[in-house]
Amino acid sequence: MTPLIEGRGLTRRFTRGLDVAEKLARALGANIREEVVHAVEGVDIAIRQGEVFGLVGESGCGKSTLGRVLAGILPPTDGELLWRGRDVAGLSRADRLEMRLAVQMIFQDPMSSLNPRKRVIDLIGEAPRVHGLVRAGEVDDYVASLMQRVGLDPAYRRRYPHQFSGGQRQRIGIARALAVRPKLIVCDESVSALDVSIQAQVINLFMDLREELDLTYLFISHDLGVVKHISDRVGIMYLGRVVETAGADDFFAAPNHPYTVALLKELPSVKDRRRDFTPIRGEIPSPLDPPPGCAFHPRCPRAMPVCSADLPALKPVAAAHWSACHLNDMPALRPASETAA
Amino acid sequence: MVAVLQVEGLQTWFGTKDAPVRAVDGVSFSVARGEILGLVGESGSGKSITGFSILGLVDPPGRVVGGRVLFQGQELVGAPPETLRRIRGKKIAMIFQDPMMTLNPVLSIETQMVEAVLAHDDTPRAEARARARDALGLVGIPSPEERLGAYPHQFSGGMRQRVAIAIALLHKPDLIIADEPTTALDVTIQSQILFEVRRLADAFGMALVWISHDLGVVASLADRVAVMYAGRIVESGGVDDILDRPAHPYTRGLLDALPATARRGERLRPIPGMAPAPTARPSGCAFRTRCFAAGPDCAAAEPEPTRAGERQWRCFHPLAEAAA
Repeated sequence: MTPLIEGRGLTRRFTRGLDVAEKLARALGANIREEVVHAVEGVDIAIRQGEVFGLVGESGCGKSTLGRVLAGILPPTDGELLWRGRDVAGLSRADRLEMRLAVQMIFQDPMSSLNPRKRVIDLIGEAPRVHGLVRAGEVDDYVASLMQRVGLDPAYRRRYPHQFSGGQRQRIGIARALAVRPKLIVCDESVSALDVSIQAQVINLFMDLREELDLTYLFISHDLGVVKHISDRVGIMYLGRVVETAGADDFFAAPNHPYTVALLKELPSVKDRRRDFTPIRGEIPSPLDPPPGCAFHPRCPRAMPVCSADLPALKPVAAAHWSACHLNDMPALRPASETAA
Repeated sequence: MVAVLQVEGLQTWFGTKDAPVRAVDGVSFSVARGEILGLVGESGSGKSITGFSILGLVDPPGRVVGGRVLFQGQELVGAPPETLRRIRGKKIAMIFQDPMMTLNPVLSIETQMVEAVLAHDDTPRAEARARARDALGLVGIPSPEERLGAYPHQFSGGMRQRVAIAIALLHKPDLIIADEPTTALDVTIQSQILFEVRRLADAFGMALVWISHDLGVVASLADRVAVMYAGRIVESGGVDDILDRPAHPYTRGLLDALPATARRGERLRPIPGMAPAPTARPSGCAFRTRCFAAGPDCAAAEPEPTRAGERQWRCFHPLAEAAA
């Protein structure tokens, strides 16, 4: 089956150009280069119709940038983006508009994504009206039905965002995304800022909407607990690359990559009391200057000489389970053998 | 056992006399030497204001209107500013969620740390500098000698929080109040910080009040837990009692809402509704409008604390599992 959306070798770099003084200095022989942030490097990703794909990783790993590239907000520096099997770069204007509407994004902080000077009715109703999905006279009813669907009282549709609580504002963001009848929703840390009890309400709403409207989600989060609950498949990123991807059950039960293993072990749980922490050393390196070979090798407890020389490829290690680790090339040292023991 | 910190009926209100906002409304707890107390609650429950009130850090219009804060037997509520100044940073230290609340962005780490040492101790500068360096090493900052000269913006978020903790440790305080210190950090960095904090608390016998909304973090760190809702501690006790056999329906609700407790794909069980605004709390028990166990008696009066061994709760209908 053709995936709903697919990225092949997706790469996104951010370049800071030189200012006048630096250009002058370089002309005079100083060793100054442009600074390039390697946010996303050669990512292959495919999301199938109807599934929830969880994308996890720590701050600065490039998961939000990848989400924005897939949502069509940021053009990729390199690589192909395919929508229903067709290259987005080659789409006609009309088809590209259709794809833009079909992929919607919900952000972490609704206060910075909702215009504070607009009323809820305009925040939710403007896009479908402009794109001709509803007639001007029907906007009021349309917005009311959307608000009802996401659990907001339609009587509040003439209010401003600041008159709502954090959880309600996130519901406004969800209603706004739904207003243009999307197929794929990219949720970027959409429940991370919410209190536990409110977070559970919003997660339930996401799952209900998925069934009612046949939605597909790319669910980006640093919270492994939430991702474990909601996802069908999971991918984990480290310094711009996907290092492991698998079905959710497999991912959490039999992680392969040493980074995944370490991250899952450090996840605080209410079941572990006064436990010993065995943190992985160091911090995520700067994407300005990624280490050679496997980017995780400076922190990896099982690093070998080859790890600092060659970049490991993402290879299958089990059914529908891919991992990028040199240990998999040495059967005696398979990383999974440690977790199984 | 003598408590390092004893808080009794603490009330911190905001707003005007006619319409007070009761952010903290009768909070009582105590922390013993070497003990880690997890103070848990959702946004707006008053947990941070409780922490600020202990150190007299609440800014007007907020004010402590009632209750006592006894630190090693000494009353801190209404104590003269000079007394509080001698205790803050020396005997009681505070760590904030955002380390930039502690650090001055335009001064080097060395300047700030040496100043913190000299604020309380009359030592030669070189010795103060050595203490600063040792404190940085203690919290796991590599090559502390060189890092002393760096400025806060040259550190990552996790390293900045380590510096803030190092400053808190400079005087080997008897009590540390930590307000969501790892909330903004990644899992691996959070784990590193929790590891260091646990090690240091054990080594120095410090008492620790760890304020957090994250039950997972509190479970893995704390000896005892106090759960706050709407300005009050609704339940407190040993970490196993509270998390395995909660007495208060609110604690049960928080635990049930965690994604980890449901199976994948199953619906989560959130607490219905949302926390009431502090100006519009229901009569009687503030949680009754969201509570599955509430009866008519819950609206009539506020539940007083019920004691059972080491734990206590404020509820007319405590869950049966707590008694077992």
